[in-house]
Amino acid sequence: MSHSTETGAPVDSDTFRPTDGAREPASVSSRILAQGKYETLAMLKNGEQLMLLILFPLMALFGLAFTGFLDGWAEQFGGSRIDVAMPGVLALCAMSTALSGQGIATGFDRRYGVLRFLSTTPLGRGGLVAGKAVAVLTVVAIQYVVMGVVGLFLGWKPDVPGFLLSLPALVLGVAAFTAVGLLVAGTVRAEATLAVVNTLWVVLAALGGSLIPAHHFPGGGSWFIELLPSGALGEALRAGMLAHHVAWGPHLVLIAWIVIAGLAARRWFKWS
Amino acid sequence: MLIDDLRKDFSLPRRKRNRATPGAESQATLRAVDGISLRAAPGKVTALLGANGAGKSTTLSCAQGLLKPTAGRVRLLGEDPWRAGPSLRARVGIMLQEGGLPQAIRPIPLLRHVASMYRKPADVDALVSRLGIDGFDRTNIRRLSGGQRQRVALAAALVGDPEVLFLDEPSAGLDPQSRHVVFDLVREVKESGTCIVLTTHLMDDAQRLADDVYIVDEGRNVVEGQVDDLLNNSQDRKTLRFAVSRRGMQLLDVFPAPLAEGLTLREEHAGSYEISGPIRPEHLSHLAGTWAELGELPTSLELKPRSLEDLFLDISGRTIR
Repeated sequence: MSHSTETGAPVDSDTFRPTDGAREPASVSSRILAQGKYETLAMLKNGEQLMLLILFPLMALFGLAFTGFLDGWAEQFGGSRIDVAMPGVLALCAMSTALSGQGIATGFDRRYGVLRFLSTTPLGRGGLVAGKAVAVLTVVAIQYVVMGVVGLFLGWKPDVPGFLLSLPALVLGVAAFTAVGLLVAGTVRAEATLAVVNTLWVVLAALGGSLIPAHHFPGGGSWFIELLPSGALGEALRAGMLAHHVAWGPHLVLIAWIVIAGLAARRWFKWS
Repeated sequence: MLIDDLRKDFSLPRRKRNRATPGAESQATLRAVDGISLRAAPGKVTALLGANGAGKSTTLSCAQGLLKPTAGRVRLLGEDPWRAGPSLRARVGIMLQEGGLPQAIRPIPLLRHVASMYRKPADVDALVSRLGIDGFDRTNIRRLSGGQRQRVALAAALVGDPEVLFLDEPSAGLDPQSRHVVFDLVREVKESGTCIVLTTHLMDDAQRLADDVYIVDEGRNVVEGQVDDLLNNSQDRKTLRFAVSRRGMQLLDVFPAPLAEGLTLREEHAGSYEISGPIRPEHLSHLAGTWAELGELPTSLELKPRSLEDLFLDISGRTIR
């Protein structure tokens, strides 16, 4: 069984067969896009996920459009209810997809050894994370279209500068929530991930400053809410879409969340 | 694939550590692998055998680049698997013990997805029909039986037409038909020059599939060699298994002293016995003669050459540790 060189040192004697493209990885971009497509379809084909990704944000949109929660805020801006509701609903969409959707999917994939298996294919760990990012951004884009179309029927009046300013905020928000979701999914059991991210979703949706602006809450806690990723994303989107103004503070808060949660996930994420 | 003096420690969770003697550094870690070396050649099946917890899967994980060795050298196709890039991973196929298959997807779409990671993947349709996956391709993986999943996992490991194929407990949960199909395919892949490394605790499987075996125990190599050599070296030793009534055994003065030299008798379970050692024709005639006098006929009687399992049990003991 053992083979030696002339010097007597053992060598690894595996074959090096001539390759004609066989046993070569597909290109980086096609691996990541394939994984992105696979994860996107997995999210959209799952009934519970669809409820979280589409139904709940739509309910929030309708709820805010037909109740007076945001009336004071709308008057201040000179917009309609639906105009001030839309940025918050988009922030909720980003949270649903990146935190809950991807967090839960990753938690169960980790439990079933899927992360281990896929990381042994040419995709690798980096490709897996990149594929998830593609999927999350794709789903958020789909949510934007669905919420936008329904919003138009409800009287939403979008404009080009508001739309353009919403994009960087959404990308940062999605990245921040994905980092937090992966941190949870990679460190606790799948069932605990489910519980933690769903609780976070409910608490952040109700009190996190996404749907309802932080300064609408009584007491002195609004600074705290503005430091949450939900509050920061809500503020950044509202400033951009309603006032066409880049709110640097909330953007920086989101970047801080990306860096801190990203580094923590890198440090503590367990693949199995 | 080459492993040289591999060691792998796991740190114990803090609460377990506190229960251990404080201050003792060795208590903070568990050494799962303590100096395993092995070499797997192309066109051969190399089997890593051992009891549960012997360190087989940990060794495999280090060889696959899923775990970072604490010490020792691992080379996979000449590279360090822990630092493997996509081009090395494209040449290696891995079937994990627990499968590692996503649950909410049907088998064929999954295999096509894995295939999309390779520039020129193997023919998915051919693998599917070969492994009988088309018989349950309308079912989500979540609802498949253990043996069906096992076949999907094998197909997923073969999609890249690998040069090195790792199989962790490949026959777990397989019915006899699937086992036949899986073993035939593994042999065929071997014939094509692939280096196959598998772990199993089923000695029959190892004897049927493997060319070279490494028996490990408590994280160390205990026996290594070619299956044929290991069995030939103990050719003079045979095993005689039989089942006979209590009376047939009680009254049986098994063998008179000079005849019993070098033989061991064990009762495997009630009424079922095993004699092993250098069995000669005189032994058989003595037993048959005694039973004839008693009018007892054994319900089964079998003389076999020593198997890998006998060898393994001799080495690692017959009791659970």
